[in-house]
Amino acid sequence: MKKTGSQILLESLLQEGVDTVFGYPGGTVINIYNDLPDYPIKHILTRHEQAAVHAADGYARASGKVGVAIATSGPGATNTVTGIATAYMDSTPMVVITGQVPTPLIGNDAFQEADIVGITRSITKHNYLVKDVKDLARIVKQAFYIARTGRPGPVLIDLPKDVQLASTKFVYPENVELRGYKPTYSGNVRQVDKAAKMILAARRPVLYVGGGATASDASEDLVAFSELIQAPVVTTLMGMAAFPTAHPLSLGMLGMHGTYYANMAVTNADLLVAVGARFDDRVTGRIAAFAPKAKIIHIDIDPTSIKKNVRVDLPIVGELRDVMGKIVAKLKEDSEKVKELSEISAPWRSQIDSWRAQYPMTYKSSDTVIKPQYVIEKIRELTRKDAIIATEVGQHQMWTAQFFNFSHPRTFLTSGGLGTMGFGLPAALGAQVGCPDRQVIDISGDGSFQMNSQELATLVQYQLPVKIAILNNNFLGMVRQWQQLFFDRRYSQTPLDLPIDFVKLAEAYGATGLQASSPDQVEGVIRKALETPGPVLMEFKVDREENVMPMVPAGAAIDEMVLAS
Amino acid sequence: MASREAKHTISVLVENEFGVLTRVAGLFSGRGFNIESLSVAPTLDDSLSRMTIVTSGDERILEQITKQLNKLIDTIKVIDFTDTEYVEREMALIKVQATEDTRAEVLRIVDIFRGNVVDVTARSYTMEITGAPGKIEAVIDLLKPIGIQEIVRSGPVVLGRGAKGLHG
Repeated sequence: MKKTGSQILLESLLQEGVDTVFGYPGGTVINIYNDLPDYPIKHILTRHEQAAVHAADGYARASGKVGVAIATSGPGATNTVTGIATAYMDSTPMVVITGQVPTPLIGNDAFQEADIVGITRSITKHNYLVKDVKDLARIVKQAFYIARTGRPGPVLIDLPKDVQLASTKFVYPENVELRGYKPTYSGNVRQVDKAAKMILAARRPVLYVGGGATASDASEDLVAFSELIQAPVVTTLMGMAAFPTAHPLSLGMLGMHGTYYANMAVTNADLLVAVGARFDDRVTGRIAAFAPKAKIIHIDIDPTSIKKNVRVDLPIVGELRDVMGKIVAKLKEDSEKVKELSEISAPWRSQIDSWRAQYPMTYKSSDTVIKPQYVIEKIRELTRKDAIIATEVGQHQMWTAQFFNFSHPRTFLTSGGLGTMGFGLPAALGAQVGCPDRQVIDISGDGSFQMNSQELATLVQYQLPVKIAILNNNFLGMVRQWQQLFFDRRYSQTPLDLPIDFVKLAEAYGATGLQASSPDQVEGVIRKALETPGPVLMEFKVDREENVMPMVPAGAAIDEMVLAS
Repeated sequence: MASREAKHTISVLVENEFGVLTRVAGLFSGRGFNIESLSVAPTLDDSLSRMTIVTSGDERILEQITKQLNKLIDTIKVIDFTDTEYVEREMALIKVQATEDTRAEVLRIVDIFRGNVVDVTARSYTMEITGAPGKIEAVIDLLKPIGIQEIVRSGPVVLGRGAKGLHG
């Protein structure tokens, strides 16, 4: 029996195990939406296409599945761009389906036409324009395969309206045949042997962990690896929750707002083992002064990440679990030497401990004004251990990374690579859909929150019990901090002085709104929010000019930190 | 760490599909890599196209270029011909002014460089010259004083020397 293009699309989604999609209807996807109720696929109607993509992203990051978003052509499609670029930079597995004007109209500046395949070419792992309904099932199969394998990423399928209406026999391919796409999973044995030798020769080793460790679910292997060689672990923002912060070997985050001891450890290490990390400029600071004394082993599934920014002494392309497993096995062949390594590197760990004691991660508390870091510590104290925390972008994001002390993988959803304001609320929404039994919190700033605040409507409509914590300093805080430190306090366009009543805003959408304006109210508000069913917005009126510290000024070396403002 | 900028000729075997050329060209422009010339046409297997790209950059940039090209889903194979033996040919069509005084000289130059005259009018000759890019440069240098009206060059195409093909 023949099926139409839109039915084939939905059948194919079922074949891929998709049970939830995020989207927004429109003229060129109206047929897909017409067929949707006939399929056991839940559709979450966001209030903006950008939010649909961020929600699919949050869903994917929290659940480990592929996120799916649907938008119409033209403005619907272009609204997905920020979401797609965010997912691309952070390697989230995602398939975005956009409608397109009928094929005979393509290129004619038809109503709501945009060349979305052209627009998203540089921000997708791959993209497709489907010209013939006979190709559709194969393309969907390929799209999911590409999105979730190798270094994951977003794939876009642009589906013209006439292709949705055309019909053909539905056969879902069993295998994917892509002769140009063969990710390397298995680490080269000779390189692994060399790595083991370099590790055994090290005196001051450090593991540097990025988002790849989460993407490949390598947390346990990472803990085993670091414990075996007794190497301290620094993580990037994206690698944050992949290694438990409470672990004695954890030094927390490195880089621009990293801990003093993490940055000092990297600067003084004689061996840096980079695991699923890509040496972003926010991590390295001035490249010439990054890990100047260290030999670098770089393990990554994506060869383009290797030697892109820094010199690498030993590259190993492969899947992290495979490569770390092989290195651990190799090391275990000589347990005497491994024991020796742990003894020889003991002074190194003591040195790091003294750095930690000298400049611990801390802030000046106050009885009169709410310190943002205090709110984050309290949220951590009062939430479940496996709570999922999403953030927006800015000061609150860095304070969350510094003070939340994550302990479980896939519990920290943040826009690391692109730095997308407005990411957190829809990402939290998606995470809550993907993990209905988990506690999901969006930690936000007042600036970021206003970039996608309309998603309060989505939370209320689906009764998603996301709790939102706005650290309101009436500023675009991070830009203000830079203006204070580097532009002589010339606060150009960063004060958000219009006093918004966030409590009323929440109530207008049918959510609960709570507010704390003094430190003694903080705990009560968080408790009340967690006890209240459904979505709750908490507004904390925090210290207006609190800064994120320590800080490495742009262009400085990572050990040239400003410790306090 | 800075190494010398050098010219590189790269062959890329890609799926012969709509949009692949823009994907490759976009990769270069989006990452700030330079394309000096690019020629592309289907191969014996018409599901594949072969691109010949001349680019320049230091060792690090070249490594990124080849890795990024390899990363494209449509790319089957990438070969950098630097430090290998290869044959290289480019074609140019050159239109020169031909007056009473210069007609014989133009024909002599075409003859010396084993080119062909492909169009003649009372006031012009159009010739085709094939060879390594250096040879084409030489012809252009000789014809410049005579008066070149228009030039079109194809950009080089290359094949590795020896019996082995791209597929091994």
